[in-house]
Amino acid sequence: MSLHPNEIVRRGRVAAIGITIAMGVLVAAFFRTQIILHEEWALHSDNNRLREIPIPAPRGVIYDRSGNVIAENVVSYSVSMLTANEDSLAATLSRLKSIVHLTTADSSTAMRRFHFASARPTAIFSDASFDKIAVLEEHRLDFPNLIIQPTPQRFYPGGRAVGAFVGYTGEIDDKSLARLRDSGYKAGQQIGYAGLEEQYERTLRGQEGSRFVEVDARGRIVREQGSRQVLPAVPGHDLHTNIDLDLQLYVARLFADSLVGGAVAMDPITGAVLAIHTAPSYDPNRFIGGVAPSYYDSLLKDPRRPLYNKAIQGTYPPGSTFKLAAAVIGLEDSVVTMSSTMPEPCNGFYYFGNREWKCWVYPKGHGSLDLAGAIEQSCDVYFYQLGIKVGLERLVAGGVGLGFTKRSGIDLPAEHPPSWPDAVPEYFDKLFGPRNWTRAVELNLAIGQGQNAQSVVDMARFYTALATDGQAAQPEIARTEPTRDRIITLDTAQLAQLRQALVGVVSSGTAASAAIQGVLMGGKTGTAQTNTFKDGIEQNDAWFVGFAPAGDPKIVVAVMLEFGGHGTRAARIASAIIEHYLHAPATYRGVIEGAGE
Amino acid sequence: MTIMRRINLDWPLVFTALLLSVYGVLMVYSAGQTDTPTGVAHAYLRQIDWLVVGLLGAYAMSRASVRLVEWMAIPAYAVAVLLLVVVLIPGFGSGRGSAASVKGWLTIGRHQLGEPAEFAKLAVVLMLARVLAQQKTTAKSILDLWKPMVVVSVPMLLIFAQPDLGTSIVFAGVFFSMLFWAGVPWRLLLLIASPIISLVLGFNTGIWGAWFLAFVGLLVWYKPYIGEGVLLAVANLTMGLGGPTLWDHMKPYQRDRLRVFLDPSYDPRGSGFHVTQSQVAIGSGGWLGRGFTHGPQKRGGFLPEQHTDFIFAVVGEELGFIGVTLAIALFLFLFLRVIRISERANDSFGSLVAFGLMATWLTHVVENMGMTLNLLPITGIPLPFFSYGGSFMLASWLAVGILARISSEGRGGVSGTVRL
Repeated sequence: MSLHPNEIVRRGRVAAIGITIAMGVLVAAFFRTQIILHEEWALHSDNNRLREIPIPAPRGVIYDRSGNVIAENVVSYSVSMLTANEDSLAATLSRLKSIVHLTTADSSTAMRRFHFASARPTAIFSDASFDKIAVLEEHRLDFPNLIIQPTPQRFYPGGRAVGAFVGYTGEIDDKSLARLRDSGYKAGQQIGYAGLEEQYERTLRGQEGSRFVEVDARGRIVREQGSRQVLPAVPGHDLHTNIDLDLQLYVARLFADSLVGGAVAMDPITGAVLAIHTAPSYDPNRFIGGVAPSYYDSLLKDPRRPLYNKAIQGTYPPGSTFKLAAAVIGLEDSVVTMSSTMPEPCNGFYYFGNREWKCWVYPKGHGSLDLAGAIEQSCDVYFYQLGIKVGLERLVAGGVGLGFTKRSGIDLPAEHPPSWPDAVPEYFDKLFGPRNWTRAVELNLAIGQGQNAQSVVDMARFYTALATDGQAAQPEIARTEPTRDRIITLDTAQLAQLRQALVGVVSSGTAASAAIQGVLMGGKTGTAQTNTFKDGIEQNDAWFVGFAPAGDPKIVVAVMLEFGGHGTRAARIASAIIEHYLHAPATYRGVIEGAGE
Repeated sequence: MTIMRRINLDWPLVFTALLLSVYGVLMVYSAGQTDTPTGVAHAYLRQIDWLVVGLLGAYAMSRASVRLVEWMAIPAYAVAVLLLVVVLIPGFGSGRGSAASVKGWLTIGRHQLGEPAEFAKLAVVLMLARVLAQQKTTAKSILDLWKPMVVVSVPMLLIFAQPDLGTSIVFAGVFFSMLFWAGVPWRLLLLIASPIISLVLGFNTGIWGAWFLAFVGLLVWYKPYIGEGVLLAVANLTMGLGGPTLWDHMKPYQRDRLRVFLDPSYDPRGSGFHVTQSQVAIGSGGWLGRGFTHGPQKRGGFLPEQHTDFIFAVVGEELGFIGVTLAIALFLFLFLRVIRISERANDSFGSLVAFGLMATWLTHVVENMGMTLNLLPITGIPLPFFSYGGSFMLASWLAVGILARISSEGRGGVSGTVRL
């Protein structure tokens, strides 16, 4: 090699310059990555290791009219897991199985949840027992990606007593999620189902918060608090209802486990629903976070159908409680007056169309009655003739006008519409075939039988009009704006006379046994034929719709006992409700404590 | 009584190497500080042990005269080649870490004794220096360079068979650097390198076409022997046209196999995961970094091989651009210092050894840092003085010892005198 000093110096300079340039390029490359592209890589780094943990928002509390709690939140513990993929979730679940009780259903639910929202922590237990939490905390190091966090859980102190209207909460299902994704719902979140929880979901639902935890490359949580700020959850708005919880619990107690049916108590002026009950009911607390299959099965198998709301969903022939509608239509059409008698006095039956139409007192008879007397005694023969006088077309149109084809409009989901003919003769042509029916249908309709099925809340609504000035109040559990609709166009005097007749029902008529000492109460019994027989005897639905005090009604109560026999049984329940509400004796206050299951 | 002898210690050289080593040990310590502790947590202790062994080795080397080193070149080279052959024998070679398929570790029983390749780098530099120093005239043709080519090819092919492409590339870098320092004209160097350049550029027809025209111009200008010229032209055409054609005709799995063969850390499933995580770590460091031991990417285990191949990503994440620049500046100072030693060496052998050792480090630094930024392919080459590993630490410090000796025997530029 050439060792000439000049050569060496020249090559040394070339090498030095070349190496300096190479190092300079490296510095420039680091400058580009670290300074120019810093933001981008820093974000990448944050996304690598920060995981968002949603903080569920407590739902709004549901109160009754005097501030008693109907639905509240209690602390429970949820167990969820951050996981990178299905395999690691499945592996962790199978490891969990060895230390805590974890059913196959739990596992598959967790897998399903991960499938729908893999970026969110996958809930494994939404309401874990204290024992489970204790065991998991003990094995904390073995399961570094488990998240155990306090979660607000719904609790209904009234239990079954409020099952008719409160609803429950649960994890949002796939169908609801598909529908509500645009409203910001995410898989795994809680949503209200049925009752007020569903109806007022927007109000009650809060806004989910979030915090960030730091995870390592294998998804294990290494730090509970990331560098990003915690976004606190915003609780939902409270819901103040018109329910009188004391009365509600009392009603539930009256029905207890033995009676089957529904009851609605309303303020006739404002439409405020004071109490609404269906019996037998279910305990909404047991539906929170997923109902146990055994409990759900027992509800489904119960022949009394506890899941079927007999106050707003069940529709039943209203029977004699409907005679007031026939009377109103007759009076409005001036076909009758309160003192009108009918051509045929009641001999226990009425002969029409080659057939004997029995009165309920058959083989006895009511004799000759005016309208007031016919209401008091609930005389079928009188109302058959009234129906004929009014005529089918007017009877049907009058029923439509009184609102018997429409839902009551109560602020609860899943109210069933009533049935009542909407047009003559089309409705009947369709039902029986053209000209395959006779005017006999109007006899049935006039006494609340036939093509007529109303829910308890529908009948309560109709009686708010009777109890007041002819305006029906829309039943409202939580709404504060009373909505009244004039459905009866009779004058004050005529309405007073009708009310007088209804007072007579309780004081000396069919509901005399339900009279309350010191309270003037009006109402009407109904014993509706159902065409259902047991041991050869027809099973009748027992109805009573009434109000009190008659002079200045404060409460309207509708009670229906499914296959309950005679209406007087319903009347006694209704009068107990009214008495309790008007007197509110201190002795009954005790029911609040013992009611929660 | 010990014999008192005065030797001139090249303090800038030793001090820079020491600074880099301390910096490196600190980073190995930091690399072990992860949220979920692993065995790496204690790696820095072993690294300190190796640094001490390296310092002792360096002292020993500095006591050996350059003549003795020159005499040692042949046996050292022979032992290195022998060891490289031994590790290829099944049962004597084993892999480690992410490059488990590379049988680079000399293994007896279950004990992994060391990586002969690290030792071979040193031996090849010495042997090349010896061969080139003996060459009285400047090489003018490829034929003149057959000896150095053989010297570098044998260990290079043996290492390539491990298979370890990265280390083979280091040999190429050392080879060309030393030829340059020996005064081989750059045109001849370019002609020798031309087939490889053709292979790399062959994947873009336009660029390769331009290169080939330049190559022809170079041939005309340099006027090599006819035989050599034809051979080079054929080699360029074969590499430039044949390589890509062969690649195109390969099935995807064959390509993956080839890539895994050439680059053991290549993961055909998680393409680029490692390098992306490295860039994330470096990029998120910013100016000042996340703080020593506090790098979240490293702590969370997102960074692969954070104590070995990707240790510089830890520097980037935790100490930021400032820390990176400091390390690069130290390396640059070291390189310039060694060039100075080469310039002032007493004879050709010492000069060539010094330049060759510098070239070894330089190749490692450029390839390793380029890899962490995704500018160069991942080849698993460690960063001198930083990456955890005993063999390399020892080899680097042996090199420092040799350089100190060459420096003290050289002319002038002595910055300190020490009694030993």
